[in-house]
Amino acid sequence: MSEENLLEVRDLHVSFHTYNGEVQSVRGVDFQVKKGETLAIVGESGCGKSVTSQSIMGLIPQPPGKIRSGEILFEGRDLTRFSEKQMEKVRGKEIAMIFQDPMTSLNPTMTVGRQITEGLEKHQRLGKAEARQKAVEMLRLVGIPSPESRMNQYPHHFSGGMRQRAMIAIALACAPKLLIADEPTTALDVTIQAQILNRMNDLKKQLDTSIILITHDLGVVAETADRVAVMYAGKVVETGTVEEIFNRPRHPYTWGLMGSVPRLDLSSRETLRPIPGTPPDLLQPPQGCPFAGRCQYAMKICKTQMPETTEISGFHRTACWLEHPMSPAVTPPNEWVGGGSQ
Amino acid sequence: MGRYIIQRLIYMLITIWVIITVTFFLMHNLPGSPLKNEHKIPPEIKEAILKQYGLDQPVPVQYLQYLGNLMTGDLGASFQYNGRSVTSLIMEGFPASLQLGIQAIVFGTLFGLFLGCIAALKQGTWMDNATTVIAVLGISVPSFVMAALLSYFVGVKWGILPPGLWGSFAHSILPSLALSFLVIATISRYIRTELLEVLGQDYMKTAKAKGLSRSTTVTRHALRNALIPAVTVLGPLTVQLITGSLVVEKIFSVPGMGWMFVNSIKVNDYTAIMGVTIFYGALIVLSMFIVDLLYGMIDPRIRLADGKE
Repeated sequence: MSEENLLEVRDLHVSFHTYNGEVQSVRGVDFQVKKGETLAIVGESGCGKSVTSQSIMGLIPQPPGKIRSGEILFEGRDLTRFSEKQMEKVRGKEIAMIFQDPMTSLNPTMTVGRQITEGLEKHQRLGKAEARQKAVEMLRLVGIPSPESRMNQYPHHFSGGMRQRAMIAIALACAPKLLIADEPTTALDVTIQAQILNRMNDLKKQLDTSIILITHDLGVVAETADRVAVMYAGKVVETGTVEEIFNRPRHPYTWGLMGSVPRLDLSSRETLRPIPGTPPDLLQPPQGCPFAGRCQYAMKICKTQMPETTEISGFHRTACWLEHPMSPAVTPPNEWVGGGSQ
Repeated sequence: MGRYIIQRLIYMLITIWVIITVTFFLMHNLPGSPLKNEHKIPPEIKEAILKQYGLDQPVPVQYLQYLGNLMTGDLGASFQYNGRSVTSLIMEGFPASLQLGIQAIVFGTLFGLFLGCIAALKQGTWMDNATTVIAVLGISVPSFVMAALLSYFVGVKWGILPPGLWGSFAHSILPSLALSFLVIATISRYIRTELLEVLGQDYMKTAKAKGLSRSTTVTRHALRNALIPAVTVLGPLTVQLITGSLVVEKIFSVPGMGWMFVNSIKVNDYTAIMGVTIFYGALIVLSMFIVDLLYGMIDPRIRLADGKE
């Protein structure tokens, strides 16, 4: 593990036992997060991005969930081998998490202030008064006006955007090294989304925190992330820097994702191009490339064998048979690709 | 808050007035009369008695007279016990019933809470199943069966505690226990269901993500949110228990209020029926009021106030 990597996930497999059998939600995921960078994990619903992030935090309910194999190296220590007691010291202190829905993620019967101070009391061994002072400071930092009086209010006194700010205050109170934000803006108004993202970016720089941003909103990715990992059916199919993924995507699934984003600069006659079909059933995951069934470039080998990950450049990697020297040359269909038809 | 309480008190008085009125007219439509059990009373004596109790008047007049007396706090004289006021009858039976009821409620709530938590936290294990069995028994086996079993085994056969009569604290243990089974069963079921729901909530995940231990997340975050339904049933349950249970009191020979109520209906003791019903009704109304105040203490979202907070 290299020095600069804060987190390294290696060949992670997570599955859930259901009445119908074992659902393999995450099937061999690899990625790294460097100190101070933002990694965005994108993909459609059910691709395993939330399960991956909750595995890092040890929040997968076991049973029915189970980490079957793989390593989650945080500063070189494998979190999958940690006991519950050891994980309690990591959660909230070294890795913190923001959840999707701020309306349900705060305890309705506890004051907002208390929900911030309890983590401080636990991890930094602060007294009541000190913790309170720190909490006020955090609320001010995330941009909540008159934080002193807001401390004693309950979540239902807060608007959606303010609750998400409070969530960020809770998560960042103990100055964690890694912040996992699981769709932090999905449940918010568009106007509030930008505020929250900006606030997160500012705080990231101030506190030198690394962020894993989980989202299906490519606009959010472009705005905030340094690197991107595209997940599909429990696997990372392509990863690279934001420029690489947006300007030179290599995987047909990434092409499809980009094609389904509404754009202002296209003429009104252009329609969105959704990806036809649905993701494979992870109860019986396909042998070959999981995207083969929906891919218009699929070849024979795609259905039978999972492609190896190919390194395109420094960070840019993709798992697609089109990268194989013997495969036909294919030009991506979309005009959005850098230097395309326009 | 002050205005809210006053408003509620006015509604409570109106509710009690409705209870009084309905009970009064229903009672006068009961077949029979207070004097029917007396054999062969000479008509002139019967008339004198009726006049003494004001029963010779038309029913609406009696109603107004009764309301008038009630304003001065007078529940009237009992027909059944010569020269005793209904108030004194109630005050004689109530303390024993109250003590039994409170003991049963306190013990039943605490133990029910404990069982409910165990069942929810160990969902699907033998412990969960065991609490389910206890709950089903507690709800379906009538308290008098429990009372008889306790009295016979603990009281008579093993001689650990007195099997009946009233006096020391030891006397009150078995009847309280018999009454508490229903409370244990009810509370443990409500807590289990609600706690399971709360444990699945997003904010429980947030609490865990803060690095709090399992026990802290449950006691600090889950329990309070799971209390509301249990508090709701606790109100009427308390009234039901503190106003006495006829059969349990009969089995343990406790001089409580339960037998008095039933007896007064049997002999058409109008004033006693009215007195006990008003007492019972007032307690229920009061308990609902207390439950509403408790809601606000437990869940800030229900906190009521005049206008905005």
